[in-house]
Amino acid sequence: MSKVTYASDKGGYQAHVLVKSAAIYVVLIVLTLICLVPIWILVVNATRMHNDIIGGVSLIPGAHLFDNMKTLRENSLYNNFFAPLTGMRNSLIIAGLCCALTVFFSGMTAYGLVVYDFKLKGPAFVFILAVMMVPTQVTAVGFMRLLIQLNLLDSYLPLIIPSIAAPAIVFFMRQYMLSSFPLDIIEAARIDGSNEFRTFVTISIPMMKPAFAVQAIFAFIQKWNDYYNQSLVLVSGKKTQLTMPMMVQKVISIDRNADYGANYTAIFLSIIPVIVIYLILSKFIIGGVAAGGVKE
Amino acid sequence: MATAAQRRIKSVSYAKYGYIFILPFFIVYCIFSLWPLIQTFVLAFSENGTRTPAIIGLDNFKTILATPAEGDFKALGIHESFWDGIKNTAIIWVGNFVPQIALSLLLAVWFTDLRVKMPGKGFFKVVMYMPNIITAASVAGLFLSLFGDSQYSVINIMFREGEEPWKIITSCWGSRILVMFIQVWMWFGNTMIMLMSGIQGINESLFEAAEIDGANSRQTFWRITFPLLKTIMVYTLLTSMIGGLQMFDIPYMLHTGNVVNDYIKTVAVFVYEMFHGNFAKPSFGYSGAASVILFIITSILGALVFYVQRDKDAIEKKRKQKEAIKEWKRKQKGGGFSI
Repeated sequence: MSKVTYASDKGGYQAHVLVKSAAIYVVLIVLTLICLVPIWILVVNATRMHNDIIGGVSLIPGAHLFDNMKTLRENSLYNNFFAPLTGMRNSLIIAGLCCALTVFFSGMTAYGLVVYDFKLKGPAFVFILAVMMVPTQVTAVGFMRLLIQLNLLDSYLPLIIPSIAAPAIVFFMRQYMLSSFPLDIIEAARIDGSNEFRTFVTISIPMMKPAFAVQAIFAFIQKWNDYYNQSLVLVSGKKTQLTMPMMVQKVISIDRNADYGANYTAIFLSIIPVIVIYLILSKFIIGGVAAGGVKE
Repeated sequence: MATAAQRRIKSVSYAKYGYIFILPFFIVYCIFSLWPLIQTFVLAFSENGTRTPAIIGLDNFKTILATPAEGDFKALGIHESFWDGIKNTAIIWVGNFVPQIALSLLLAVWFTDLRVKMPGKGFFKVVMYMPNIITAASVAGLFLSLFGDSQYSVINIMFREGEEPWKIITSCWGSRILVMFIQVWMWFGNTMIMLMSGIQGINESLFEAAEIDGANSRQTFWRITFPLLKTIMVYTLLTSMIGGLQMFDIPYMLHTGNVVNDYIKTVAVFVYEMFHGNFAKPSFGYSGAASVILFIITSILGALVFYVQRDKDAIEKKRKQKEAIKEWKRKQKGGGFSI
């Protein structure tokens, strides 16, 4: 008797899972379309001429990408401030250095707060928690004045150096370490004669790789996309110094005589490098997050 | 019996390494964030229209907060544009956070559900995170091309050919809803991945045990996932709140020409325009005062969240302590038998 009940229950359960899976798939496909269609329209229109674009919407790419790029290069409406290779180089310098500094020093700070016992440990953490709340925008005015005083406007230094101190990332890494970092291993390394800094670099960082990878990717994206600070610091807007977001911002605010093909192509060019980098690193994000650190 | 090495380690104090490890953070923070913060407070009490302002007292706060005297149109303009900024920020943040957290949590639970076999999971995750990696400037450009006021924007070509084009970007709720949508579009994948990493950090055997015990999805979610996800959820709420007050890129760039749309002008845009709009004669004072107000709002909200969080942790700690004492007593009792 009980066996029969069990069997029918099992059948119902499987049917339930099947229905649920189907429903989930419908939602996922809709969301996928919402994510991809705008980007697809961008790609399509980047390959069509101005006259085709204003003539009607299409989902099939054209063959005029290079004509549009030529317009970007030759039309003075665009080439005064839009130079994709320069922009990408500048953005890469800033985002790459920021990302490395942020992850390394945030990991180091979190490590210091988790592993060691010292008098100011509590206050130091409370300080980090407190300043984590402070938005960049709140310090922006004072930051601007500091830059004027130190004569650091139009320099990359004030964009790069501050990334050593990223309270939110320190906080996240500390939480991660507390929940999944075995402190015994440090003791073991000490017994084997490793000094503290070496233990951090050669043992802790590899063990914390998932957290580091995720934070590194987030940091890179954030810095690459950081229009706010870049426009704050790079005030004179020299073409050789502009970053990708700043160049694109100038393109999209053109309101008269815009060549739509060129506009779409400029936006397209600005997203190509990040999407390529993303598709390479996405394994890192998803794999790194899934690995989830040390298992109990 | 401790070995010589173990004894040596016990006698060494490692406290100084703690200071060394956290030192770079604090030096850089003090120079590039703490000092500017102090300067912001000073500037809040200083005059406007010069790069080297003198201190004038509370005037900036009065202009921003209190209704200015009749006929003082400049002060009235600043007063109103600050309050509009607060209002717009609040509206857009709520309209973006609520759907975003619900969607992200739902997706994170689905993606980590052991029972639902899901081929192509990796693909969906990659696609849903993608909008986040695209530069806000490009996103603003993209959505301007799709939903712009021009008769040649995609939406107007499709639906308004030969008719008066829809003007979403310059309309009040049209532009606000568009900004909310863009924010969700850009950030739900990010939030989802953060929540997923939290769920995956939960010991898998808990889910297995729940499944064996016959818990359904809803029970598993409310009894296991949700309580254990609290820390990450609070972190998400926190960063989203901080992010909400900082909301700048999309509202600032979602327009053609040089004038930012008033209906989506956030506080952050107000602060930025005050000191950056006229760079030769910046209004550091108004910016500073608005920043101080923002700072206070953020601090209150942040303190609230931490209060809720910390309280629960303390309760949990006490409970654990009691248990540990019980355990210890039990072991002591049993100790007699084990020898």
